[in-house]
Amino acid sequence: MDLEVLEVSEKPSRTPTELVAIVEALIFVADEPISTRVLAEVLEEERDSIQAAIEQLQSEYEGRDSGLQIREIAGGWQLGTRTEYHEEVRKFLKTRPNAKLSLASLETLAVIAYKQPVTVPEILEIRGVQSASAIKTLLDRRLIVAKGRKEAVGRPMQYGTSKDFLVQFGLKDLSELPSIEDFEDLVN
Amino acid sequence: MPLTETILTEKDEQFSFDFHKETAEIMSGGTDELKIKLGEFAGPLDLLLYLIRQEQADIFDIPIARITEKYLEYIRLMKRLDIAVAADFLVMAATLIEIKSKMLLPRDPALAADDEEMEDPRQELVDRLLEYEKFKSAAGMLHERSTIEAAIFPRGPIESDENNAEIDASVFDLLTVFQKIVARHVDEVKMEIQREEISLADMIKNLKARIFEFGEVNLLEFFEEMHSRRELVTAFIAVLEIVRAETVKLLQNKTFGDIILRKV
Repeated sequence: MDLEVLEVSEKPSRTPTELVAIVEALIFVADEPISTRVLAEVLEEERDSIQAAIEQLQSEYEGRDSGLQIREIAGGWQLGTRTEYHEEVRKFLKTRPNAKLSLASLETLAVIAYKQPVTVPEILEIRGVQSASAIKTLLDRRLIVAKGRKEAVGRPMQYGTSKDFLVQFGLKDLSELPSIEDFEDLVN
Repeated sequence: MPLTETILTEKDEQFSFDFHKETAEIMSGGTDELKIKLGEFAGPLDLLLYLIRQEQADIFDIPIARITEKYLEYIRLMKRLDIAVAADFLVMAATLIEIKSKMLLPRDPALAADDEEMEDPRQELVDRLLEYEKFKSAAGMLHERSTIEAAIFPRGPIESDENNAEIDASVFDLLTVFQKIVARHVDEVKMEIQREEISLADMIKNLKARIFEFGEVNLLEFFEEMHSRRELVTAFIAVLEIVRAETVKLLQNKTFGDIILRKV
């Protein structure tokens, strides 16, 4: 009985090096980007220690010019190959890059990403062109999702970006997108 | 931006038109279907921006007559090549002509006296162009990001991973499955004989009993069992009804995979 209480209450004592190794193992096995919060919960560690371990891990990968990198993506950490080696990886996996999105789809996606939740008429207003087929493509590729109906005449459907969008565009979260006003300076 | 409008005619010839030199030439093609490649303009605003830049005009002081003329020329070209001109392009043409005519009209002297700074008829268009251009650049940024991302591979392809957290299938996925099956039924049923049709209530009861018995039901298989379109529709409504009541969950193991109904 006493022993059991002891086991539960005692915090796991790991050396920083061990923690780095364990964090690496968990990020490796995770199917999806794994968040600092989840790592802290599973390992019963402070978030700060997890954060430090990840930073240590990142610098180790970089320090030895590893073929792998640890990236923050869609609110979590993910182990991925380095862009430099994409040709070799692709050759091995026998995959081809995904079909590129058309200009119309990309524009529609940009409007949705910045204006979400946004309705079809609002997208039309900005793009000056019907976007129905682009929206279908984006829904099919799960880059956008329906986000309920707007409380306006006709109750039009609203769209927003999905988690897949963050993953496919390598974003931590939506705030990582440059501000739309930044593009104004770029344009002029 | 590619400037060449290409059209493959029924005679296996490729007709290409250089918009700027206004020369046309026939090139050999390889397909018998009428295929049209309409440049790469994403819309009328995109075309307009292009023309303004082409004319080296100032976006804040658009030479509206010249740009309108160029724009209409482009629309005419599309028509000449038998390309169905999207309505949105025509709307923009009308807008340009309207602005042009407004600018030709002499100012109302009574109004001008009152309001020294009468709004430029081009203002609204300029605002739209500037707004659009921001999103066009943002689209370019997204394109670059996705290109970089496509060069990074995570451990194992997530999409084909059976352990992947189940994706909640949406009503759209459901409709896609339904359409697939209806399409298959179209050819099969030539004549419908009056028969006792199952009621929606019975269908829901049956489906619920099955989910309860097996824990889960593959929707594709369930729909396949239906004998008529009517039954199929009843089955579809039954699924929607059961999902709405939230006693079961719609699941998809992978993108475009089969949809499973599972007890919560």
